[in-house]
Amino acid sequence: MEPIGYELGSGHLDATFMALADPTRRAILGRLARGEASVAELAAPFGMSQPAISKHLKVLERAGLVHQGRDAQRRPRRIEARPLEEATKWLEGYRKLWETNFQRLDALLGELQTDATHRRRTKRRKK
Amino acid sequence: MEYSGPKHKLEVTLPSEREIVMTRVLDAPARLVFDAFTKPELIRRWLLGPDGFSMSVCDVDLRVGGKFHYVWRKDDGGREFGINGTYREIAPLARIVHGENFDEPFYPGEAQVTTAFAEKGGATTVTMTMAFDTREIRDGAIESGMESGIVASYDRLERILQEG
Repeated sequence: MEPIGYELGSGHLDATFMALADPTRRAILGRLARGEASVAELAAPFGMSQPAISKHLKVLERAGLVHQGRDAQRRPRRIEARPLEEATKWLEGYRKLWETNFQRLDALLGELQTDATHRRRTKRRKK
Repeated sequence: MEYSGPKHKLEVTLPSEREIVMTRVLDAPARLVFDAFTKPELIRRWLLGPDGFSMSVCDVDLRVGGKFHYVWRKDDGGREFGINGTYREIAPLARIVHGENFDEPFYPGEAQVTTAFAEKGGATTVTMTMAFDTREIRDGAIESGMESGIVASYDRLERILQEG
C-alpha cells in the first residue's frame, strides 16, 4: 500500500491490459494456455465466426500475448508467456496484499463470533 | 506439504479502464463485517497491508461528510504513510461510499471507493469498487500495492483468466 514511486511499467503493460480487458479474449487465452489451436478450433466453442475470432487474435498478437505457429496450413496460435507473466505478477502483488488483510479479517471475525457465543452462554448460566 | 490457502478466494478484476473491483466472502453476518470495516478498534486489527506494518492513527467519523484518517507505520521505525478521505454515503450493514487519497497525494483528486456488504446464509460477500479518475492513476495505485515479488506460474495465470 506504500506508494513506492509512481512509474508505469511500460507501454506494453498497457497493451497487455487493454487486450485482457475483453472477456472473449481472456477466454481465448484460457484455451491457448492448455495448448495451441487454429482459428477454426478457437471459433467453435465460442459460437463466433472465424473473422470475429481473428479480430480478437489480432489484438492479442499486437500485445505480444499470442504468436502464430509454424504450420502454414493450420496456422495454430500459441500463447506467449512472458508479457502475461509480467501482467500477472503486477496484479498479483496487489491481490496478495489484500489477501493478507482479508485473512487477518477472517481470524478477527472468527474471534468476534466465538466471543459472542461465549457471552450468550455465560449470560444464560447466570440466570 | 501443500497449503490450500484460505477457504474463500479473493477476486481482483479490472472491469473497466478506471476501476479495480475486489470481491471476498467472509464467514460472518453483515453486522459483524460492517463493524470490522467501520470501528477503529476493529479496523486496527486487520487493515494493515504488508507484514511489518501497524496502524498508528485510525480515526473514523462515520457520517455523511465525516472524515477518516488511517496512518501506517513500519514497525522497524521506517517511514509512515497515510490515507484520508470523506464519507459520501452510508447505508448501515449494506453500503459505504467514500472518497480517498494518500496524505501525500500521489495522484490528483480522489478515488471513489464503494464497499458493498451482502449477507446470505450467515456469510457476507464484500465487494469493493475503487474508481479512479484515469487509467494511469488506477495503474499507479496497483503498482504501489506491489510489495512482494512473486513469480507468476501458469496455474495462477489460468486462475486469473478464469476469474475474468
